[in-house]
Amino acid sequence: MSPKTLYDKIWDAHLAHEADDGTCLLYIDRHLVHEVTSPQAFEGLRMSGRKVRAPEKTIAVPDHNVPTTLDRADATTMTEDSRIQVNALDTNAKEFGIHYYPVSDVRQGIVHIVGPEQGWTLPGMTVVCGDSHTATHGAFGSLAHGIGTSEVEHVLATQTLIQKKSKNMKVEITGKLAPGVTAKDITMAVIGKTGTAGGTGFVIEYCGEAIHDLSMEGRMTVCNMAIEGGARAGLIAPDEKTFEYCMGRPHAPKGAQWEAALTWWKTLFSDEEAHWDEILVIKAEDIAPLVTWGTSPEDVLPITAMIPSADSFEGGKVDAAQRSLDYMGLTAGEPLSAVEIDTVFIGSCTNGRIEDLRAAAEILKGKKVKDGIRAMIVPGSGLVRAQAEEEGLADIFKDAGFEWRLAGCSMCLAMNPDQLAPGERCAATSNRNFEGRQGRGGRTHLMSPGMAAAAAITGKLTDVREMM
Amino acid sequence: MEKFNTLTGIAAPMPLINIDTDMIIPKQFLKTIKRSGLGVNLFDEMRYDDDRNEIPTFVLNQDAYRDAQIIIAGDNFGCGSSREHAPWAIADFGITCVIAPSFADIFHNNCFKNGILPIALPQEQIDVLMKDAEKGANARMTVDIEEQTVTTSDGEVFKFEVDAFKKHCLMQGLDDIGLTMEKAASIDTFEAAAQTQRPWV
Repeated sequence: MSPKTLYDKIWDAHLAHEADDGTCLLYIDRHLVHEVTSPQAFEGLRMSGRKVRAPEKTIAVPDHNVPTTLDRADATTMTEDSRIQVNALDTNAKEFGIHYYPVSDVRQGIVHIVGPEQGWTLPGMTVVCGDSHTATHGAFGSLAHGIGTSEVEHVLATQTLIQKKSKNMKVEITGKLAPGVTAKDITMAVIGKTGTAGGTGFVIEYCGEAIHDLSMEGRMTVCNMAIEGGARAGLIAPDEKTFEYCMGRPHAPKGAQWEAALTWWKTLFSDEEAHWDEILVIKAEDIAPLVTWGTSPEDVLPITAMIPSADSFEGGKVDAAQRSLDYMGLTAGEPLSAVEIDTVFIGSCTNGRIEDLRAAAEILKGKKVKDGIRAMIVPGSGLVRAQAEEEGLADIFKDAGFEWRLAGCSMCLAMNPDQLAPGERCAATSNRNFEGRQGRGGRTHLMSPGMAAAAAITGKLTDVREMM
Repeated sequence: MEKFNTLTGIAAPMPLINIDTDMIIPKQFLKTIKRSGLGVNLFDEMRYDDDRNEIPTFVLNQDAYRDAQIIIAGDNFGCGSSREHAPWAIADFGITCVIAPSFADIFHNNCFKNGILPIALPQEQIDVLMKDAEKGANARMTVDIEEQTVTTSDGEVFKFEVDAFKKHCLMQGLDDIGLTMEKAASIDTFEAAAQTQRPWV
């Protein structure tokens, strides 16, 4: 048998049909659903009299719109249009008989945090969701990617997707990370190298010592931003850490089925001689704590760097960089570490897990948020919130002056009331720094949780290593 | 879905790379449970000021381009989120073809589900098309999906590639779900075998 990549193996195991022209039907093991990209899909089913083919493989949770303030049980905290979307998900989940975690459930949270937490996401699976950050689940060695609403309807109706196979890219991170450098910096460093379109047409497999050394949560952070590099999906081969993470989760297999699953999962790695269409190698020791300066996730620089000038770029990037500098209100040549911020947002599917909160608490312990800075921590799920409270992290955050919120997507995309005002500047642990992403005219700098915590204390972009 | 045939129309020049889905349709307009009506909010934050007045410098606010049916843009068009609201807004505005050096994967897929043809051409050809588009309303381009060509107002012809299956669906206005349902037997067979091999799924 010819050698295969991990992607090849998962693909082959899910190929339900292949037409003569190479168009394939890929079987979908898990379909995650949220309130923003699904109403039109359910409506489509209704209009054509179709059912959900595999409701037992379909899991819904509201996350994008939901308020994260403590009074959210009061429905009036939601705007009417948000409430309509959340209510539509409630109704659709009941009517079509799919698994559902309503806002009132302690297990509610960001769909990409809930899936792994509840054991829905397992190695070797195909996982889709009407959300680009579905790439997160690739950390388990599952083929996971975002789809549009028409494809959501297609998966609901047929449990398959029409696909053409992507190319294989290997991203190897060799060696060990230096102190203060995290999974977030790895994934940002990769995008800094490939650009936001460099991964287009590829599925990326991340490997190497630094990836192997990451916890499952760190691996999820890395895969989460594969989409920001344009890749269809990011993957990491499952290993003992993966199996340990999955074991005992509510929807993970048990007993003999666990053993059978484990036997198959252990075959899920790229063969030695497998063909790669592209290979990128980065030395972990070359990665510093990073921040973004512009309005594209590829605009990354070490915190110790200076703000670049537009003419240091080439081609279409010259105009784009100038537009970014103008939008961000930055002056070329000034140090990034002098840039003052007004807001700190720690959370999102990229960095809203317990280890992210621990990293922030480590920096914030016994410290205070600088006067005038609005700082919030939004845990990725109700269970993450509960655990942070149990570990005493919530007290550290509250003592420091952070708002301690309920779970949701929150200020990552600002569909709920958590938004930046025009001109406000935010140190954010989320994944996109696009114009207007966190609110019209808002300015976003992406970074790791430790870096965001450090920025909250000093009121400017700060090298976390100075606080360690 | 509307069938895509030959299109002759005005092309709006947008010489910007990385036009992302947040630019195409900002998140405040995702709170709809319908597919229609988003055209008025296409490129909303670039198109209107804080008081909802049109920003005159924005291309689609200029008289020459109000009826544009084609967009010519820079690299990596449609990057960012999976929101199908982006192609819904584009189609609702009346644009059915976007031509750029490259497209983000999910956006590219979403276009075909909504009767929009995304065409990728090399940068040098985009440069020619951009100049042509900048001439305004009298310079009409023609996109022929059957022949897979774009013709400038000066008669210069560029050939483009499109996936044969997607081309067929676009030209016939076919519903993907209906097509897949025809293969239900294959899905049934696969599902039964998978249930035996991987019962934990």
